[in-house]
Amino acid sequence: MPSVLMPALSPTMEEGKLAKWLKKVGDEVKAGDVIAEIETDKATMEVEAVDEGTLSSILVPEGTESVKVNTPIAVIGEPSAEAASTRPTEAEKPKAEKRAEVSEPKAAAAAPPPAATVATPDPEIPEGTEMVSMTVREALRSAMSEEMRRDDSVFLIGEEVGQYQGAYKISQGMLDEFGERRVIDTPITEHGFTGIAVGAAFAGLRPIVEFMTFNFAMQAIDQIVNSAAKTLYMAGGQMGCSIVFRGPNGAAARVAAQHSQDYAAWYSQIPGLKVVVPYTAADAKGLLKSAIRDPNPIIFLENEILYGKSFDVPKVDDWLVPIGKARIARAGKHVTIVSFGIGMTYAMAAADKLAGEGIEAEVIDLRTIRPMDLPTVIESVKKTNRCVAVEEGFPQFSVTSEIAAQIMTYAFDYLDAPVARVAGKDVPMPYAANLEKLALPNVDEVVEAAKAVLYA
Amino acid sequence: MAVKSAYIAKKATKAGGKPESGSSFTAEEDLDAYKAMLLIRRFEEKAGQLYGMGFIGGFCHLYIGQEAVVVGMQMALKEGDQVITSYRDHGHMLATGMDPKGVMAELTGRRSGYSRGKGGSMHMFSRERQFFGGHGIVGAQVPLGAGLAFANRYRGNDNVSVTYFGEGAANQGQVYETFNMASLWKLPAIFVIENNRYAMGTAISRASAKSEELYNRGSVFGIPGEQVDGMDVRAVKAAGDQAVAHCRAGHGPYILEMLTYRYRGHSMSDPAKYRAKEEVQKMREEADPIEQVKKRLLESGATEEELKKIDQDIRAIVLEAAEFAQSDPEPDPSELWTDVYVTA
Repeated sequence: MPSVLMPALSPTMEEGKLAKWLKKVGDEVKAGDVIAEIETDKATMEVEAVDEGTLSSILVPEGTESVKVNTPIAVIGEPSAEAASTRPTEAEKPKAEKRAEVSEPKAAAAAPPPAATVATPDPEIPEGTEMVSMTVREALRSAMSEEMRRDDSVFLIGEEVGQYQGAYKISQGMLDEFGERRVIDTPITEHGFTGIAVGAAFAGLRPIVEFMTFNFAMQAIDQIVNSAAKTLYMAGGQMGCSIVFRGPNGAAARVAAQHSQDYAAWYSQIPGLKVVVPYTAADAKGLLKSAIRDPNPIIFLENEILYGKSFDVPKVDDWLVPIGKARIARAGKHVTIVSFGIGMTYAMAAADKLAGEGIEAEVIDLRTIRPMDLPTVIESVKKTNRCVAVEEGFPQFSVTSEIAAQIMTYAFDYLDAPVARVAGKDVPMPYAANLEKLALPNVDEVVEAAKAVLYA
Repeated sequence: MAVKSAYIAKKATKAGGKPESGSSFTAEEDLDAYKAMLLIRRFEEKAGQLYGMGFIGGFCHLYIGQEAVVVGMQMALKEGDQVITSYRDHGHMLATGMDPKGVMAELTGRRSGYSRGKGGSMHMFSRERQFFGGHGIVGAQVPLGAGLAFANRYRGNDNVSVTYFGEGAANQGQVYETFNMASLWKLPAIFVIENNRYAMGTAISRASAKSEELYNRGSVFGIPGEQVDGMDVRAVKAAGDQAVAHCRAGHGPYILEMLTYRYRGHSMSDPAKYRAKEEVQKMREEADPIEQVKKRLLESGATEEELKKIDQDIRAIVLEAAEFAQSDPEPDPSELWTDVYVTA
């Protein structure tokens, strides 16, 4: 009998809540009938039956949270022979198991490791501070909302930020709180609305421009680079541009070449821009608040895969993280692993694995790419004498190649091995699941690189 | 040239006739316009000369011939209204009241220039005079100008922004993205197309479909447009008044196509071989914006001596600016590293 499986309703969905059953056991269902509602981290979606028959059993009751994709949720009985062969249960079961394996080290090489929480406490957080668990998504939302409550000149503009509640639900509820004057839906015209936002910033407002993804910001890159970044200099300091350009950046999952690119290196090349790439929810919140207050144009690169991850965020009135300061995410003495954004998931998992073999890696989360906190990196390398730099972006002219060059310049005499780099492969992102996994860095590559610089 | 607009004409017909273009100036207005246009003319002539002498480098785009456009528009604005334009910007800066010495010193790349020598001819700004540049990428100032209007609407004031761009820029994609949003959001934005007939060396008919009616380029977005004799400062002012009233009343953006002409090449390095010398000569003789006003001033009783005195005074201002711009020191080498970021 065909099982109805928990469906994947977005490229990055791993689990969801079974919100409601719209059919009950014994009901006849036809292909196309809506049988249930599923809440993902982005939206509530309807599940349609694919097979015809009688709903013979419900395996997951309504209200169940965190149902993994591909878990059987119901069985439809009395199938026709054809329907049974369309979606054979046996063929899907192994797939579900395979996904569940991801958290194990072997399979971690194949996909971004899940929900790593940073064990080392942030030294900036005073001892005894109450922490609340928050997703990166919630952290970004609370950062924007707090700053908008604080300063009327701050507004949010972009595609689907208002009525749709955000393409990735970052701005959910903000239209209700702040109204159409300050949460502004735009037509799909990045070049135009980016220019309008930059012009508004010239006039003294503080826009937050949300790009649905940074891939689409290429349409607007002239306004970002030529208008936003350079005007202060061209005006001899008279007229700057306080603006935040934010949105998901880098590879998501299975969205192929045009939607999977990391722009950290691109924007970091430009004097006049600051480039911030948070990993944890605490940094996402504290850095976004700092970015909104900063008088300069800021590129704030988020990651769709991290949006749903939870981290501890300090429960303080005004949580600010300074731009331009790296964070030692894990202390160690044998090798320095430097990364940022989603690259931290590989770095942290690799450090765990290395620890199992007696190698103590120090992991540095850059948090800001421009200006880069080189002193923290250099100090660590002087201690460990070895460095592995990790990113998801393309390897040529990349953030990690810059790190390698800087370490060569400022810590050459301390190096016991050349700096190793682990980056995305030098190919456009492929669609096929196996090829995509190969194109991205993985934990084993980081582990191997660490061992290579240790000659272990 | 007659004012014509399908959009306006339709509305006007309903109201019982086309509005008068209000083409009369008082002698005082004529005199103000004359002085303002003559300052731009003499300033640009001097800039051309200094370029030839090597004091000004890089690109230098002169405004000679187009003076009536910015002077007429400026007469229709009030304090707090913003102005933004392309790289052919010297005239706009002078018309908004920026100091000729500071502008000329920027042209020569000196420390007292408006951008401390770091912007040059194409990139100057004055927050005080609400002049927002000075933009070197064709068409980029159009969404920026709409952004200035957005800020006015956001703050709930009744100021308008005036965005100038050439007929060449009128073919850029971002212009239409901007028209769409400006109309959708009813932004108080006046878009002034300075149609000087040549986008660098390409005649308008070779680059633009329906090139005879650029004022209609916003009609599908519901933006009223008007074609104006941009060589007649009175017609420009009258059209500007109408556009300003429309925007201040909250009716959204407005397009003015100014039919104008540049006497010089696109930039200093352009020999302008793409047009006949006779064409330029004919415009100079028959339609020169400054000569038109001069003629009226003489007819209304001004004497040659009085006008000569005005010319001498303006030449003195320009000469002083030129001397200042040549003697002012270059920026201190430390300036290389300043103004990259605002340090909070």
